[in-house]
Order: sequence, then C-alpha cells, then structure tokens
Amino acid sequence: MSELKPMSDNTPESAERRRVIGGLAAAAAGLAIAPGIKLIEVAQARPEEQGASSAVRWGMLVDATKCATGCDDCVSACSTENGWTPVAESAKPRQAPQWIRKLELQDPLTQMETNLPMMCQHCAEPPCVDVCPTGASFKRADGIVLVNRHTCIGCRYCMMACPYKARSLVHEPLNDTQKADVPRGVGCVESCSLCVQKVDRGDGTTACAEACSAAGHNAIVFGDLNDPDSEISKRLRELPTKQVRADLKLNTGVRYHGI
Amino acid sequence: MASITFREVEGSSLKYWLLLGGLGLFVLFGALSWNYMHHHGHVVSGMDNQIVWGLPHVFAVFLIVAASGALNVASIASVFNKPLYKPLAPLSAILALALMLGGLLVLVLDLGRSDRLIVAMTNFNFKSMFTWNVFLYSGFFALVGVYLWTMLDRNVKTYSKTAGTAAFIWRLLLTTGTGSLFGFLVARELYGSAMLAPMFIIMSFAYGLAIYLMVLVAAYAWSGRTLGDAVMMRLKSLLAVFVAAVLYFVVVHHLTNLYFTKYHAVEAFILRDGGIFTTLFWVGQIVIGGVVPLVILLSGLGRQRAWILVACALVILGGVAQMYVTIIGAQAYPLDMFPGLDETSSFFDGEIHAYAPSVPEFFLGLGGVAIALLVTTFAVKVLRLLPASLDDATVAKLEH
Repeated sequence: MSELKPMSDNTPESAERRRVIGGLAAAAAGLAIAPGIKLIEVAQARPEEQGASSAVRWGMLVDATKCATGCDDCVSACSTENGWTPVAESAKPRQAPQWIRKLELQDPLTQMETNLPMMCQHCAEPPCVDVCPTGASFKRADGIVLVNRHTCIGCRYCMMACPYKARSLVHEPLNDTQKADVPRGVGCVESCSLCVQKVDRGDGTTACAEACSAAGHNAIVFGDLNDPDSEISKRLRELPTKQVRADLKLNTGVRYHGI
Repeated sequence: MASITFREVEGSSLKYWLLLGGLGLFVLFGALSWNYMHHHGHVVSGMDNQIVWGLPHVFAVFLIVAASGALNVASIASVFNKPLYKPLAPLSAILALALMLGGLLVLVLDLGRSDRLIVAMTNFNFKSMFTWNVFLYSGFFALVGVYLWTMLDRNVKTYSKTAGTAAFIWRLLLTTGTGSLFGFLVARELYGSAMLAPMFIIMSFAYGLAIYLMVLVAAYAWSGRTLGDAVMMRLKSLLAVFVAAVLYFVVVHHLTNLYFTKYHAVEAFILRDGGIFTTLFWVGQIVIGGVVPLVILLSGLGRQRAWILVACALVILGGVAQMYVTIIGAQAYPLDMFPGLDETSSFFDGEIHAYAPSVPEFFLGLGGVAIALLVTTFAVKVLRLLPASLDDATVAKLEH
C-alpha cells in the first residue's frame, strides 16, 4: 500500500481524473433521469398489475382493396416482431409455424383476384378456447385470444377446431431467435397475439399494421372496436365489411373490406 | 345355473414367455419412439401444421373405441342377463381395461408436451369435450375395475349387476364422448355432425367384439382349453349384426352429407378423388372392413372357426382404415374459408395436404396395441378370468 502515490490535485493525472469523474457524474445523472423518461412512457400503457379491460375490444380492419399483390411486409414484420422464422426460410416449411400469411383468392368463374392477410381472427366466441382441455387457450377481457404456454399440453385440439387455420404447433426446439417478451416453446401451439406485448406497452398498433402503413398501403387498421371515436370504428362505420366464415357466428375481431 | 370353474392360465410354457417377450419388445419400441419424438419434437413425425393429428391418433382412437366395445360381452351378461355370456364376462372386462390403457397411453404420449400430463389432470375447461373425456376415461377405469372385482370376488358378487349396469351406461357415454370429440368440431367439413356419436358407438360394438373373439380363441387354443362352437356361433352372429350396423351408419352419414350441396366437394374427395383416402374408404373401410366379413359371417364359411377369425381380422383392419379416413382424411381436405374461391398461400391453403406417417409414429401406435395385449396376457395368468372349459356341453347347461 505504501507504494501508492499520495492523492494530490497538483499531479498531471488529476485533470484527467476530473474529466473521468465528470463523465461518470454525467452518466450517473443520465441514468437517474432515464428511468424518469421511461416512467412517462410506461404511464401511457396499462399498468402491469391491472388486468385487461373489457371496456376495450381490440380488433382490426383489413381493407383487401388496398392490400398489394406480392407484398408481404405484414408477414415479415410479424416474424421480426415475434421471432418466428419465415416459412420460406425453414428447412421443413410444412412443419414451420406461421402467425400471419398472405392469402391469394381467385374466383374461378370471373377470374377476379383478391389478396389479403389472414391470421387469428380473435373471435368473441373462439372455438379454440371452447375445445382447449386445460384452458391454455384463452380470451382476454379486451378480446385478444392467446395461448398460455405454461399450460398448453400440445394436444392440437384447438388447431383442429380453428376455422381459419390460424394456429401452428412448434414442431422443433427453438433456436435463440426468441424475443424476450414473446415466449414460445417446442410442443406448444401459438398464433397471432395481436402483438399483445406492443398493445400492453401502449404502442396502440401492431407490427403488421405499422409495416403496412410504412409501405404506404394502409390496408390494416388496428384499434379499439368499442371506442366510437377510434379510427377503426369510424372506418368500420363507413365501409361495408365482412367476417370470414360469418356463418359460424363467431363475432370476429378482424373484419375485411373488399372480399 | 351350472357352475363354471375359472382358472388362471399356467403361463410357464416357452410359448407364453415368447408371447410376453414379443409383446414386451413392441412396448419397448413404442417407448423408444415416444422418447425420440419427445426429445426432438414432432418435427421427426410425419405430422405438420396441416395434418396435426396423425397415425398415433388413429391407433389411440381406435383402441379407445374398441375398449368400449370389448365390454359388450360383459354387458350382455350382466345387464341383459344372458347366462351364456356370463363365463365370458371377466375376459371382456379386462380386455376393455387393457385396450383403454393402450389407447390412452398412445394419446398422451403423442401430446406436444406429454411431460405436462399433470397439467391436463389438474386444469379443466368444462366447455371442452376433451376435458369431459378425461373424466369419462378415468371413470371407465374405475367402474370397469369395480365391475371386474364384483365378478371375481364372491363376497361382492351380488353387486355385479349394478356395477355392470353402471359400466354399461358409462361406456355408452364414453363412446358418445369420443365421437363428439370430432362431432363438435365446426371447422372441418367431414365432422360437425351429431351422427358421429351413435356411429362411434356402433363402431365400438363391432371392433371391440372382433378383438374379443380373436383374444378368446387365441387364449383357449394356446392354453389347450376347449372352446365349443356354441359360443363361437353366438358371438359371430352378433358380430355380423354389428358390422352390418356400422355399414348402415356409414352409408347414412355420407348420404346425409351428399344431400347438402356445400358438402359435395369434400364428399367427392373422400368417395372419388381422394387418392389414398378414397382407396382406404372403399377398399379398406367398406370392402375389407364391412362387405367381406359380412359375406364370411353370413355364409357357410361362417361355420368354420378359421374363417370367423379371418372376418374378425378384417373387421379390425377395416376399423383402422375407417379411423384413418375419418381422422386424417378430414384434415387432408383443406379448410374452405372463402366458399367458391380458389385459395393459395405460403401456409398451404387451398390444397390437399399429404401425410406420410413416420416410423416412430407407427411404432408408438403399435406400442399401444402391444401394451393392451401384454396386460391381457399377464392378467389371464394372475387372475381367474377364463373358464377352464367352454365346451358345448358346459355351455348348454348354462341356459337351462
């Protein structure tokens, strides 16, 4: 210890030391302020301890007339946001999960072509929730249909029951592309979650809707169906829309225009 | 009523141990298959996100349905008080338990997360037919177990009819539940019919009795006991009635669908254009599983034991074909989300899905069959389930 130099402000190193200390202080101040900034962001989202509210019903309007042929930006954005590998990149495409897909439709008589994104329709009366033996498949109060990955036993009964082929089983152990806020697991069923992590953060949109807007198509509008002043509600009032498999009377949260 | 002596099979011969060992080997293959699929995930199976229930489900549902049917003979004895069937009842009950065990094992070991079985036993959704089936299957074990006890223990013999009746009612509920697993699925066009529940009941009668007859004949032949023609003729007539009833229900089911235009495409797929499914339907389910056994059982051939056994084997093969067409055929046909429009997507919408079962799936299914037969083989050695003789003279005395 005696070999250490005595502390002195007159040494040439002291100026350097002051700069370092100053830098550290600035960093500390930054760190102290940062949580404050973060707090403001969180304050806009639903507090963690507060459950989803049935006053809200999240839904989507898909305008098939604006959905561009050959564009699958929504699919890529969903894959990036939620960490599932695109089917085209999978070694075993038929066993690969897919949360959202572009569906191309053609009337064999008139040759009219339509294309649209297809995903979990977030039914008010979801058949997948009805048939799930353990209750792993569930609907939140705000209308989002999810799978609890802790209680899913991988029986695939929900996949048999879904009229939209919206669900996938994770067939193989996952690599490290998983996102921290999107838990997934081998042997469990998964599907579109309406980007529940973004919704709960207060983003007010989904990855697919964002990507569609960014591409300039604006074919996907996300919002609260219960709020008459939301953009989605306004547009739904103006546009004629349909539910896919309306005959099943599932009251889907995703509505389509132009089909 | 004449008394019947029940006796265990000796079970010390080389043949017995070879049988036990052979079945044990298949159980081992089944366990290894499960381990392989569990370790790597379903990616090593032929199942995918289009065909999600594959060959293990075909075996599992067949075994569960057959388990209910294997109880036929015991039910006739106790519930309908037919003396001829009474000595045949204990084997019927143990076979029902064994087949149920085999079927359930295949079912749970094919889960994506079979390690979470405890979750399925502790978390219930009472709107799910699957949840009801968990109780129906557990209850079946309990009720048939008690019923078997009343048959084997003189002290509780007086409760046999009550236990038998309870088990009988339960098994009808159980098969209704199994049929409804499919009948409650609105999405698949081949399902969504209340016809499936009664159809599964009558299918259970036929498959269960066919398996029972084969096991009975094998047990008597291999243990050197006498099985008279009186029993055989009675059971084969019953089998003929059940097989004819299955055919009737299948015809009505398809005719009902054909009446509705919206089902024409899926019916055309199964009945005409479905490749392997069409072949399995006409050749497997109808000809091998129905028409040929009926011809054998109702013609002069039906008086010969070997031919009766051939008919039983064909009914079983036809039953497996029927399950394959019902379970996998319905998934191979694409969901029709936009009626009248052609659909395509990167998720294989709008196309007929192919399915090729993998070796582990096949052995997992066979493992279920093997465990059912292994349990039965072991049970007849440790329990007094089989009458020492079922020759015509002994059987004739029962009915007087």
